[in-house]
Amino acid sequence: MDRKHRELVYFSLFRVCAGIVVLALLVLIGYILTGGLERLSLEFLTEMPRRANTQGGIFPAIVGTFYLMLIVMAVTVPIGIMSAIYLVEYEQSSWMGRVFKLAVYNLAGVPSIVYGLLGLGIFVVYLGFGFSLISAGLTLSIMALPLMISASQEAISAVPKSVREASLALGATKWQTIWHHVLPYALPGIFTGIILSVSRAAGETAPLMLTGVAMSLSRLPDSFFDSFMALPYHIYYMATQSSDLIATRPIQYASALVLLLLVLGMNLVAIVMRKRYREKFKW
Amino acid sequence: MVELAFKSPEKAGRRVRKNTHLSPREKVIQLALTMATWTSVLALGAVFGELLLGALPAFYSIDIIDFFTGTVWNPSHPMYPLYGVLPLFVGTLMVSFGAALIAIPIGLGCTIWLAELAHPRLKAVFKPAIEVLAGIPSVIFGFFALVILSEWISVVFDPVTKLNALNGAIMLAVMMIPIMVTVAEDAMNAVPNSLREASLALGATRWESIRHVVLPASISGIVAAIVLGFGRAVGETMTVLMATGNAPMLHFDLLRSVQTMTAAIAIDFGEVEFYSEHYHVLFLVGLVLFIITFVINFIADWVTRRYREEY
Repeated sequence: MDRKHRELVYFSLFRVCAGIVVLALLVLIGYILTGGLERLSLEFLTEMPRRANTQGGIFPAIVGTFYLMLIVMAVTVPIGIMSAIYLVEYEQSSWMGRVFKLAVYNLAGVPSIVYGLLGLGIFVVYLGFGFSLISAGLTLSIMALPLMISASQEAISAVPKSVREASLALGATKWQTIWHHVLPYALPGIFTGIILSVSRAAGETAPLMLTGVAMSLSRLPDSFFDSFMALPYHIYYMATQSSDLIATRPIQYASALVLLLLVLGMNLVAIVMRKRYREKFKW
Repeated sequence: MVELAFKSPEKAGRRVRKNTHLSPREKVIQLALTMATWTSVLALGAVFGELLLGALPAFYSIDIIDFFTGTVWNPSHPMYPLYGVLPLFVGTLMVSFGAALIAIPIGLGCTIWLAELAHPRLKAVFKPAIEVLAGIPSVIFGFFALVILSEWISVVFDPVTKLNALNGAIMLAVMMIPIMVTVAEDAMNAVPNSLREASLALGATRWESIRHVVLPASISGIVAAIVLGFGRAVGETMTVLMATGNAPMLHFDLLRSVQTMTAAIAIDFGEVEFYSEHYHVLFLVGLVLFIITFVINFIADWVTRRYREEY
């Protein structure tokens, strides 16, 4: 085999690899889509579950996931953005900066089930929140923090130095510079980070299992300290423990489809937003 | 001293900044930002501390040597519960290594295609597709493995149990690939074009340039990508929980069901009594898991730092 042919063979192999990945994505989405559309309806989304989830809808699960996303947004977003500002603008080369960066990096690699253990120990038991929406929400917030920080960091450090120098040269203080001249440009990137980290939290299941998710409720949680249903756990529960696994398969598919659409929709918004923003600001 | 200041303008800049007078408002803001940043350090400390506190009583009530070398995991036995972590550990390794074996060739091929060969227009479609794949929740992968992939495997391999390690490994491979491709592609893109051009100008084919110039030049990033992907596979819970059948038996057969460490924690906590021996042992499993992923992350970080090529 001569060199040209060898190149052709290898390059074809690489194209096949790329094809396999796209195919995997399409097959996965395709199966969930075709399986789920059959059962999906407006009633499915807005009704309470009946007869141990085998009939009716998944309204409490959707609302539960929505509440979780709200908690994550309320906690993770401010802390994440503030950390990112500090890490990019204030702390650059000292050992403290190194410690912070190491913490964020390692936090990102902690397995989700370990976050569940953390939530169980700290929020459920130690702080006495019990198995509740707030325990689960706070656990997910900590889990989503590293992603939020690194996305905001990227957005903030993409703003060129010259913008800061110009502002400082005109007599603005450091914070005035950040608030009026850095953050506005970084905002679209930060928004992308918000959407991505909240969607990550919305799809997470394992931490919920240790912090208070309920198998079936025919009511909505009426306070932060109430038990709740969540979409991802609902899928897991219905697919592995429900009383009749085969008969409820359409419900499982439809729940999976709802979660998939929710998460992918958010991801797509984030991707489109980032693309627009990259075209708008070309430094 | 003067020379040093010249050499690192960053440091020189810091010194000047530290001397500038800060208004009270600026000071308060800086303090708030610092405190927010401490949250991450605190959280990481809390994770470790919580695991340690939760696991500590287990050190008194069970034999730690038995824990690490025991080949039977049967914590719910009413009289003689056995807490040997080996079946879970081997389960985790089997599934993760299986996933890595599948994901590394496909992921690398995919990365080379994406970084070196792909037409920009195809690239503009493919990169978001990779991101979408990375964004799919693990419970959906688990559901797919449970309902569809396991059927396919039954037909092709005729396995001992329908839900088995191979099922989990294939699904984890699909989840690993986006992480690997994203990190490795960054590394390959960081190789300057002048290197490729020099190689081509010497008469090498494009493949030879990739093989002998681009890949060696980006090897640290590629290794880090593989290690990070592996770390993600070790820590993954829902997919393996739903795909591998959850039988904590010590064996090395990919076509039989296994239970991973993550799955054991997730499943057992459903029925465990608070502050029982079993409860503390599960924290110990969590601690071991945390240390394993911590070490894996450290290796990835170290590889990128130690072998980074600067251009």
